[in-house]
Amino acid sequence: MNRKFYDFWVGLFAVLGFAALAFLALRVANMQTVRQHETYKISAEFDNIGGLKVRAPIKSAGVVVGRVSGIALDPKRYRAVVSMELDRQYLFSRDASAEILTSGILGEQYIGVSPGAEETMLKDGDRIKLTSSAIVLEQLISQMLFNKAADGSSGGNKQ
Amino acid sequence: MGCFKIVVLAQRLPTLFSFRTVSSDPLVEIDNVTFAYDQRTILNGINLSIPKGKVVAIMGGSGCGKTTLLRLIGGQVRPSKGAVRVAGQVVNELKQDELYALRRKMGMLFQFGALFTDMSVFDNVAFQMREHTDLPESMIRDLVLMKLHAVGLRGAAHLLPSELSGGMARRVALARAIALDPMLMMYDEPFAGLDPISLGVIGQLIRRLNDALGATSIVVTHDVMESLAIVDYVYFVSAGSIVAEGTPEQIRASEMPFVHQFVKGEPDGPVPFHYPAPDYRDALVGGRNA
Amino acid sequence: MLDWGGRRISAIGAVLVNALMRAGFAARFLLAILLNSGTAFRRFGLTIREIYFTGVLSLIIILVSGLFVGMVLGLQGYDTLQRFGASEALGVLVSLSLVRELGPVVGGLLFASRAGSAITAEIGLMKATEQLSAMEMMAVNPIARVVGPRFWAGVISMPLLAAMFSAMGVLGGYVVGVLLIGVDSGSFWSQMQASVDFANDIMNGVIKSIVFGIAVSLIAVFEGYDADPTAEGVSGATTRTVVTSSLAILGLDFILTAFMFRGL
Repeated sequence: MNRKFYDFWVGLFAVLGFAALAFLALRVANMQTVRQHETYKISAEFDNIGGLKVRAPIKSAGVVVGRVSGIALDPKRYRAVVSMELDRQYLFSRDASAEILTSGILGEQYIGVSPGAEETMLKDGDRIKLTSSAIVLEQLISQMLFNKAADGSSGGNKQ
Repeated sequence: MGCFKIVVLAQRLPTLFSFRTVSSDPLVEIDNVTFAYDQRTILNGINLSIPKGKVVAIMGGSGCGKTTLLRLIGGQVRPSKGAVRVAGQVVNELKQDELYALRRKMGMLFQFGALFTDMSVFDNVAFQMREHTDLPESMIRDLVLMKLHAVGLRGAAHLLPSELSGGMARRVALARAIALDPMLMMYDEPFAGLDPISLGVIGQLIRRLNDALGATSIVVTHDVMESLAIVDYVYFVSAGSIVAEGTPEQIRASEMPFVHQFVKGEPDGPVPFHYPAPDYRDALVGGRNA
Repeated sequence: MLDWGGRRISAIGAVLVNALMRAGFAARFLLAILLNSGTAFRRFGLTIREIYFTGVLSLIIILVSGLFVGMVLGLQGYDTLQRFGASEALGVLVSLSLVRELGPVVGGLLFASRAGSAITAEIGLMKATEQLSAMEMMAVNPIARVVGPRFWAGVISMPLLAAMFSAMGVLGGYVVGVLLIGVDSGSFWSQMQASVDFANDIMNGVIKSIVFGIAVSLIAVFEGYDADPTAEGVSGATTRTVVTSSLAILGLDFILTAFMFRGL
């Protein structure tokens, strides 16, 4: 077995290996969406962020436009401060609103950004004013049961 | 007990035999070397010198430290005491690169050849030339075929070591050892496990190559008849010391009990047949009583 | 009774001291390899030859195992996920399990038993038949000429093999999930792409496989070089390579995972 034989097989091996890596990077992880060098930072305050996690996606009209970069609690007002990194090519007006949504009933939580109407755009370091918090399932259920109970008792009175 | 007797003999020996006249210009000198491994003394204050251009045999029973002597000369192990000198350099004080420079002038034939099993015969012989020289491949080819021709195996160049018989493997290893025309050749049990024909071939090659290369050879062996036929001088080692030395004629004629026993291959003598043990009768009777 | 307990404790101590001593020798051996790595890179042909033996010859077992692991993940994952009505997340489950854990770990275990044991046996046999001694006597350093290329070949092969294992696994999951069971192909890939992060998942898997490659290769060459030069010595060393490498992979995997995914 001579040198050329080894060179051929090892070359093929390397090509296969890097093809596998490229497949993982592009097809499995979709590396195109991660362009961290051209982002700008904004933040938003929420009463309750539910189960939102760092690196959760930020979507507008369903398109991923950025990622959550940090979560902290404002120690004076006890509100959650979420910092976000948005893609430079997506600009939002100053009166845009952010809400915490859930993809599917058991899916991960993400931040949905709805555009506003103002002319001036959000800049690096700005804060989104209009926010709505996460829907917490337990609160939803207890609210529903409470309403049901109220309906039931009123119904009982009617009879 | 036997060992002790031999050590005593060894100290008396220089007066009995003094044939150091050949040592006009020694290539290898072993100067009062002691070697211990894990507190077990293998060589004990050994002195010997190998004159340039000669074929010298070092003989002794199995496990008496012969192979260790070769390793000391090659710098693979270092003595606990004393000095090993090769061509004027003290081997045991050399740094790694100096030692490697010296080893390029040495060739060693290992007991079972130690051919590189993943290379052909040709590549085995070419190994050192490719590692240590910048010779063009065409010249390496000529040199390798020359070396293989010298051992009669030019036709086997394309074979793998696994396809060779024991004697052929030994000859290929010999061709590999002389690849860079060493000034010192060392043979570790070159005759072990060979059929009579291969034995004769290897013996003749050792002698002829030594004279053709103008080299100096050390043959470590316990094969008495074969080596006495080809060597110029013999050292006998036992229990880590030189117990006798002389030319082949003197060795053959020697009346020294150890040499006599060794040359004639007698089972009992200064080297006892029995491993030291308590008295046989006591052991049997005592064993039954207990 | 006390004496019996004392002896047991001494035995445990002896095992521990012995293991630590061997770890120390291995660390010194690694240093020697690194200092003598010039040959492996200057004469890259030597390393290429060894990549053939460690990498190319491991291809079949890695590709086939990867495919089957991925297909089993597809079946098991679908069975569990569809109970929660989340069968579209199958791609996420398959790909994350593979790139984060199974690719590097199972790939590493297969690599240790296929290539690591072969390296140990080869170097051990070279030692037993005095080939390493002969090389030393020919003024060629066996650590540079024999050990170095094999070590680096292992370090280079392992991440590539792990990546191939993961890729084949994802394909296996696709075959079972999408082609056989009928999960929607679009959501299989898009959910996967939305959840798998390049830096956090893929690169961490690659880092793991590089660390495992170093560990397995070092253990393999060390056990071979350190083997008793007898038939029993070599076979014992080969077994030790597989056992020690497997334990090292699992232990290192825990440590690396703890550091990498702590924040999530």
